[in-house]
Amino acid sequence: MDLDFANVLIFLVVGCVFVLLNLTVSRLLQTRLFTEEKYIPYECGEDPVGDTRIKFNARFYIIALIFLIFDVEIVFLFPWGVVFREIGVLAFVEMVIFIAILLVGLAYVWVKGDLEWIRSIQSGSKESEVQ
Amino acid sequence: MELKPLVFYVFALLTIGSAVIVVTVRNIVHAAFSLMVTLFSIAGLYVFLQADFLAATQVIVYVGGILVLILFGVMMTSGRLDMKLKMERGQLFWGGLVTILIFALLLGVIRRTPWNVQEELGTVEGTTAQIGKAILQSEFLLPFEVASVILLIALIGAVLISRKEVREDE
Repeated sequence: MDLDFANVLIFLVVGCVFVLLNLTVSRLLQTRLFTEEKYIPYECGEDPVGDTRIKFNARFYIIALIFLIFDVEIVFLFPWGVVFREIGVLAFVEMVIFIAILLVGLAYVWVKGDLEWIRSIQSGSKESEVQ
Repeated sequence: MELKPLVFYVFALLTIGSAVIVVTVRNIVHAAFSLMVTLFSIAGLYVFLQADFLAATQVIVYVGGILVLILFGVMMTSGRLDMKLKMERGQLFWGGLVTILIFALLLGVIRRTPWNVQEELGTVEGTTAQIGKAILQSEFLLPFEVASVILLIALIGAVLISRKEVREDE
């Protein structure tokens, strides 16, 4: 097992060294000349509009919360997947129950409109006002 | 193998160093990214404890999930990434006091625990299969299914609380 993680470590180190080396070589070779254009964020050749640091839509936060829960669910799937063949049908049924319980949560946020984007929410709230 | 302790100390140093940066740096985004290094190095320390599954979980859940949530929180609640954090003198005192007390407590627990020490560490297989058998075949089956219910409660609770504020925000 140590050896497997030694591979990970080597990838990690090579990845860091690769970036550092490239930046260093580039730093040594480049001519350093500063013009105003160089301070503009690069957006595929377009002039950027407004500030980079915009306020994100708070809706992403709920999506991230939902993601986190199902992230944890996926973590449980890995040990299950490793021993699935050994245990057989019993393991399958147990995992179906596990996921079925969490699907209730997915159904809940779906029905309540938390997965919708802004426009559909606004039209949804208008409908409820009419009612 | 002298390389192994060296790697361990690098990870330990990274953990503590980046954690210190998290609490001292003034830029909140820098603090969040420094936290990423901390959480990553802790995953490295788990590997040294032969807990490979826990290490992977640490990366998936904490680095991949919770840190993203923290960054989202920073970006959306303040709306200003260039917000500067200030540390006041009282905070340093009380924070330091609590830290020392917790450290003393942990040290006491570490020294009193009868560790199951072995001279030679045999080859350790991956723990994922063991965990899989434990949660599917043994007495941990019920806690495993209950974990699903707890996740469901967390999901509905978190969405319920944040939804109200998000919709008021729009």
